Amino acid sequence: MAQTDSQGLAKILIEQEQQLVAEWMANLMSTSSSAAGDVRLADQCTHLLRSLRQAVLTGQTRNIQGGEWAEVRQLLTEICYTRARQGATPRETAIFVFALKQALFSRLRESVADPALLAAQTLLVSNVLDELGLFTIEVYQKGREEVIARQQQEMLELSTPVVQLWDDILALPLIGTLDSARTQVVMESLLQKIVETGASIAIVDITGVPTVDTLVAQHLLKTVAAARLMGADCIISGIRPQIAQTIVHLGVDLEDVVTKATLADAFAVALRKSGAAITRAATAR
Amino acid sequence: MERIPILRMGRLLLVTIQVDMHDQLALALQDDLTNRIVRDRANGVLIDISALDVVDSFIGRMISNIAAMARVLDARTVVVGMRPAVAITLVELGLELPGVRTALNVERGMALLQSENE
Amino acid sequence: MVLSTGVVLSTGTITITEERVVPLRSSEDVVRLRQVVREQAVALKFSLVDQTKVVTAASELARNTVIYGKGGDAHVSLLLNGGKHGLRLRFVDQGPGIADVELAMKDGYTSGGGLGLGLGGAKRLSDDIKIVTGPAGTSISITKWKPF
Repeated sequence: MAQTDSQGLAKILIEQEQQLVAEWMANLMSTSSSAAGDVRLADQCTHLLRSLRQAVLTGQTRNIQGGEWAEVRQLLTEICYTRARQGATPRETAIFVFALKQALFSRLRESVADPALLAAQTLLVSNVLDELGLFTIEVYQKGREEVIARQQQEMLELSTPVVQLWDDILALPLIGTLDSARTQVVMESLLQKIVETGASIAIVDITGVPTVDTLVAQHLLKTVAAARLMGADCIISGIRPQIAQTIVHLGVDLEDVVTKATLADAFAVALRKSGAAITRAATAR
Repeated sequence: MERIPILRMGRLLLVTIQVDMHDQLALALQDDLTNRIVRDRANGVLIDISALDVVDSFIGRMISNIAAMARVLDARTVVVGMRPAVAITLVELGLELPGVRTALNVERGMALLQSENE
Repeated sequence: MVLSTGVVLSTGTITITEERVVPLRSSEDVVRLRQVVREQAVALKFSLVDQTKVVTAASELARNTVIYGKGGDAHVSLLLNGGKHGLRLRFVDQGPGIADVELAMKDGYTSGGGLGLGLGGAKRLSDDIKIVTGPAGTSISITKWKPF
């Protein structure tokens, strides 16, 4: 039964290809503005229709995840990615598939006389195209997730500059919330810079960190400990009064860490440690 | 059995670990080094681990032990050249080598030991 | 209706694309395993820090297998979950088993004269740890995924 249904459907897909493409495109033009702008639309439609036909001919219409549908999925994925990059909504991408459904329904109504057969084939078309429509949404979603992941990674890298203040002194001005992923990036770039510059003192400034909870404090302590293992001392600066209060209330032990209220204080300490000093020029105006 | 070489420079001993150590090799180093501290009347030990891409808890513990034993024998130990990835991993592992002094490279380590022994 | 697909969703099924078995009898075998794990982590393009973490975790668990498990095997598998790559290490021995897993996971606990960072440390260095233990042997597996 399913086999004959799909054979019949394949026959329509072959014999009425031209009309199908024309109707499909007409549907698309009237509903989706982004499709209308695509010069390769006719190509895409014809191409997809042919690979759809190949897949339908195999009779495996129950599951579009199989190998028989690989080419269809591949084509749809490409089309979705291009659309998504051009700023199409998931709705518009899905309409690309659903517009074919309308075209196929009208072809079926004209070509199939037997009502039972018509119902069976309509159901078949409906199932297959619904699945393909859902597939486009998944692909769209996946594309978005990739973009978000990439942006997160880029943001992590952007947000952690390590600056050299003096021959021997580095500063890491932290801005924003510290989570585990970010701590790892912060640690890595600080330690890498220590190796590159040969600095022996690093100032971690937390003026721009809005809240310090136990977890953030732990992350800071880890950074200090890792720098120490490499042979560099850390000073934590920019500790605001409220943060000093929370640190004590939380019972976080910062005993072994040098802390300073401001970056300037920390810098003065660091200079002294590395044997340098700042003096006012004698000939003051 | 293979051994990790120990170089003497004045009253300093320099150990450069360049192989991925298995446990027996690490234990042998601990033996050799304590013997040499006594024999050479050394007052400082530099352990260069810049070639190690992994330090697990066993090797970490060995380093801590060497430092503690050296201290008992009146010598100071400095571990130099730990790689950033190794440092991050050790901290994550919870092994912060308390009591072990560190420096960025052999030169800095030597300066640290000399300033203390003067 | 079938919604999940191996190609599209990141929460699909995990497939093993390659597996290598490294025997663990002596501490030289632990060194060999470290090298195999490093190779695989490099092949998966893990970041240097993640390579180091997973190799260190492998070293900790392999030593447990040699010392407490009286020897066994390490299974090093490359994983694929949707588009995500990962590395799974499974340590199998026929030793006496771990009496109290919860206690063994605690830092500072050891039954063999060490610092006792093996299990707890390996857990912190990986994304996931699974322990099956009994009087007939122990199987510990850890997984580390490539974040992006």
